[in-house]
Amino acid sequence: MTEGLGAQAALALKAESRGLNFFYGAFQALKSISMPIYDKKVTALIGPSGCGKSTFLRCFNRMHDLYPGNRYEGEIRLHPDNTNLLNPHVDPIEVRMRISMVFQKPNPFPKSIYENVAYGLRVRGVRGVATVDEKVEQALRGAALWDEVKDRLNDLAFNLSGGQQQRMCIARALATEPEILLFDEPTSALDPIATASIEELIADLKHKVTILIVTHNMQQAARVSDFTAYMYLGEMIEFDATDTIFIKPKQKATEDYITGRFG
Amino acid sequence: MADMTVAQIRSLIIKHKRWDLIFGIVGILALMVGVLTFVTLFAGMVLDGAHRLSWDFFANFPSRRAEHAGILSAWVGSTLVMLVTAVTAIPVGVGGAVYLEEYAAKNWLTDIIEINVTNLAGVPSIIYGLLALGLFVYKFGFGQSILSAGLTLALLILPVVIVATREAIRSIPSVIREGAYALGATKWQTTADHILPYSVPGILTGVIIGLARAIGETAPIITIGALTFIAFLPPAPFSGDPPAGLFDWLFAPFTVMPIQMFNWTSRPESAFHQNAAAAGLVLVVMTLSMNALAIYIRYRLRKNIKW
Repeated sequence: MTEGLGAQAALALKAESRGLNFFYGAFQALKSISMPIYDKKVTALIGPSGCGKSTFLRCFNRMHDLYPGNRYEGEIRLHPDNTNLLNPHVDPIEVRMRISMVFQKPNPFPKSIYENVAYGLRVRGVRGVATVDEKVEQALRGAALWDEVKDRLNDLAFNLSGGQQQRMCIARALATEPEILLFDEPTSALDPIATASIEELIADLKHKVTILIVTHNMQQAARVSDFTAYMYLGEMIEFDATDTIFIKPKQKATEDYITGRFG
Repeated sequence: MADMTVAQIRSLIIKHKRWDLIFGIVGILALMVGVLTFVTLFAGMVLDGAHRLSWDFFANFPSRRAEHAGILSAWVGSTLVMLVTAVTAIPVGVGGAVYLEEYAAKNWLTDIIEINVTNLAGVPSIIYGLLALGLFVYKFGFGQSILSAGLTLALLILPVVIVATREAIRSIPSVIREGAYALGATKWQTTADHILPYSVPGILTGVIIGLARAIGETAPIITIGALTFIAFLPPAPFSGDPPAGLFDWLFAPFTVMPIQMFNWTSRPESAFHQNAAAAGLVLVVMTLSMNALAIYIRYRLRKNIKW
């Protein structure tokens, strides 16, 4: 990773947040966030607890629409069609069909491994056993889980270990071939070995899909991401190539956080 | 605590622990009031009525001679009424609860509905009887029938079903719901594929506990005019000539177990009192087995769900 912001002209834009404000009722959780998301790159969001990084992530698949009293202002443009994801006339279901999400804690459905991975396909009305079989296998291979589970696809997903469950959730999110994959602190509930396997997977996946990852672990951001955004109290303090952020950040606040003087 | 000797600390602990003992005794006594009362009642019924339990007792209609009297019309009536109650209360109650939890906007109207559902659970059952007498028996013209009784009891247990369903739905972690929505599921897909299947154990428990309450209800059934002496059976369900005849059984007159018991206890002869005890025994066993079934179902279905 040597490309700095200067090389960005060669990068394709997958999405772009422009002047995004977000409100939980009267409380403004995000303040005028603008940043690019580059195609087939990993972008990490870091910052202390409560800085709004998860809130920002959950704007991308309109998760906030599930709860009353939430309000967006500004826009997130998804390219190439330049759709504003936050436009009230854009159905959140359409947004979620294009952008998948992996949660903080593995959240398998109490169903079989196969049915878990196939659920996104079922929602899209994909019929035909052969097609579903193929896509499930593809997704599980993509999540580096196929070899471990191919003989017990009909077992309950709860019987997998925590790390396997999280990789199954990644497979579930991958099965529908999303344009962007959102990760909300995907390894915070996992042990170091499972964490390493997820990070390896993320490095692998970025060749196929654009990734946006929230992490509280700065080493993780440094290891897996191409770009990093540092957020504090709902504001975007700095966005740059990961190397720049970690080696010579422009803002004093970023440097303080990175070096552990704060947060 | 440097100013206390070890001996002082020990005597202090002994003094404090006395309260553990006192509360333990009070607790056991309080528990025994309930348990012993039930055991005594149950034992009384067994002593009085157990010798009356025989095949004939279940297969005979009531009779003027106590030794020939049986509970055939009563248990058949109870079973059919419970069938109507379950078939009505489950879809209505589950539907209402799903709407309140998943669909309803959180506003004052929903709040009022919620408070009223809870209040309904506290309405005396005879009030439901009066409502049913006016509405089902006369207004809708269902008469003093199995249908009227089943619908009345369905109303009675509706709050129980709704509350149990809502509890079951609420116990599903929000990450599961979000997981389904995040894959692009609609509200209905999320409800049908996830919320409902995962709440089945809780719903069934609520339904069975509701039915166990309904099967013992007497007041509303008397109010709508169940017969106290009935020596024939309603037509077997779905046995008549289709299409109209299939539902003849719904409009048949009937009696139920508690009314049969009430009838027998109000007789002067002690032989009838023994019949009442035997019928009570059957009723209690029916209720307990329904509760046992609820526990079993919950245990079986919960085994696959870990959160």
